[in-house]
Amino acid sequence: MQVVAQAQRVPAPSSVGNRWLRDAIGLALIVAAGLAGYWLFPDNLALLTRVIAVALLVLSLDLITGYCGVASLGQASLFGAGAYAAGIACVNGVTEPLTLIVIGAVAGAAAGLLMGTIMLRAHGLAQLVLSIAIVQLFHEAANKASAYTGGSDGLAGLTVSPLFGLFEFDLWGQTAYLFGLALLVVVFVVLKFIVSSPFGMLCRGIKQDPIRIRAMGSFVFPVLLKMFVISGAVAGMGGALAAISTQVVGLDSVSFELSANALVMLVLGGLGSLYGALVGTVIFMGFEHIVSAINPFHWMTMVGALLIAVVLAAPGGLSGVLETITRSARRSKGGRP
Amino acid sequence: MSDLFRVEGLTKNFGGLAVSRNISLSMPAGERLALIGPNGAGKTTFVNLVTGQIRPSAGRVVLAGEDVTGLGAVRRVRKGLVRTFQVTRLFSELTPEEHVTLTVLQREGKARRILSRFTGHSDVAGEVEGILSTLGLLDVARRRVGEIAYGQQRLLEIGIALALRPKVLLLDEPAAGVPSSDTPRIEQALERLPPSLAVLMIEHDMDLVFRFARRVVVLAAGEIIFEGLPSEVAADDRVREAYLGNYAHARSVA
Repeated sequence: MQVVAQAQRVPAPSSVGNRWLRDAIGLALIVAAGLAGYWLFPDNLALLTRVIAVALLVLSLDLITGYCGVASLGQASLFGAGAYAAGIACVNGVTEPLTLIVIGAVAGAAAGLLMGTIMLRAHGLAQLVLSIAIVQLFHEAANKASAYTGGSDGLAGLTVSPLFGLFEFDLWGQTAYLFGLALLVVVFVVLKFIVSSPFGMLCRGIKQDPIRIRAMGSFVFPVLLKMFVISGAVAGMGGALAAISTQVVGLDSVSFELSANALVMLVLGGLGSLYGALVGTVIFMGFEHIVSAINPFHWMTMVGALLIAVVLAAPGGLSGVLETITRSARRSKGGRP
Repeated sequence: MSDLFRVEGLTKNFGGLAVSRNISLSMPAGERLALIGPNGAGKTTFVNLVTGQIRPSAGRVVLAGEDVTGLGAVRRVRKGLVRTFQVTRLFSELTPEEHVTLTVLQREGKARRILSRFTGHSDVAGEVEGILSTLGLLDVARRRVGEIAYGQQRLLEIGIALALRPKVLLLDEPAAGVPSSDTPRIEQALERLPPSLAVLMIEHDMDLVFRFARRVVVLAAGEIIFEGLPSEVAADDRVREAYLGNYAHARSVA
């Protein structure tokens, strides 16, 4: 057995079928973890729904930062665009939850198109600074347009009609959570297809060497812009979910702080892996919740320490650690983990 | 138009420094041309000018009767003007199979599709396998590029270029950095290039140049100082001056 495994390791890596199986297991784990959260923490469903909304934001950031190599500290612009669009639509009488999610996605995609068009003009540090400037402008715009957004008071009074006309968004947040979980699973599956499509491969190539991609006869800008639009749609859905579940949209949803936290969560979980984005979000927000309850004054210090530990000990993020462990387990056992 | 590819009076100045001076040459289909010259002669600048990475100060680049001087690098690739890089530019995380697949999909305009599978196109897979097997890379087709030998990476550079189905191929030192034991494999790959393809090769390895090229052009200090048969190049006084002596002196004499 040992010998066979050793011999197989050299030429061929995971075949296509193997990859499908891995993704199916990964997806089953996400659903299982989501349902476990539902039964284990019935009193914290509002927080868990918030985790899902932020997970969508971090996934969207992973698309442009992890897969395309464009770092952004302004991703909350797209999240906020979705949240406000859904919120404003809801206040004005569009209360069907799925429609609101679609509105959020469209608004996020439009914001992504705008943000990408601006950011992709620059490179490196200038690009990062542009992303901060954009989120500050969005923040200021949302603050000033108080007739539509409620300004610093936030946009309140969202009454969302029951999902499929059957399930009320109740006080305990059960409907909102399960709705969010289903949305996350659907988005995750779609993103899995996107990142493994030829387009996803092209993006990974651009991340590593845009000059090589140009020499292959492909323009770089339109490819990255397309990813920005997709990323915007995902972030916008996250924003819309947050709006639906909390029934308020606040200025914090277009803040620099949320953008920066999203990047921290992504680095924590591991760039360039969809699982990493989820793991990072859950760990960060879980850690935040627990530590801030224990010590409300110094929890950020603890998060900082955790981040330093992860970056130094595991530059690939927590999902990178998991992958190393499963790979070595596979080598020693000669089978799947 | 008998010439598939023609360069007319190509000149590039960086400030006051002329790195390419009035370079003109032409290649018919099936050409095997070697461009040689001492270090700093402007060979890579020439490739960058021809492929559109940098814009010339003066001159024209003509491909199949069409002036492509105004086109960017990407459009020139799509017209069939393809290069390889002196220092390997590959994606270390991807496999050779993925590199060539991506290139073939790109050539067919399918690389930007979101709702399409990367693998599983049987015609693409067949073509990829064909290219990899011609280059002797089938054994390592599914290893990550970061793990394969440098000589194999150089071959993959050529494979990517071939997957674009070029009309004109510019090879920037295909054997650079390859251990001499692996040079024969590169040479073999060069021999198997499609006969109709016009190939311009920059190379320092003179054995390779003499075996490969039917015509040699020598570049020194940004201009062409010799154009002729490989057998004549070593006997030319100006070439010897350029390689061995003071080139400035040689120019004042000539």
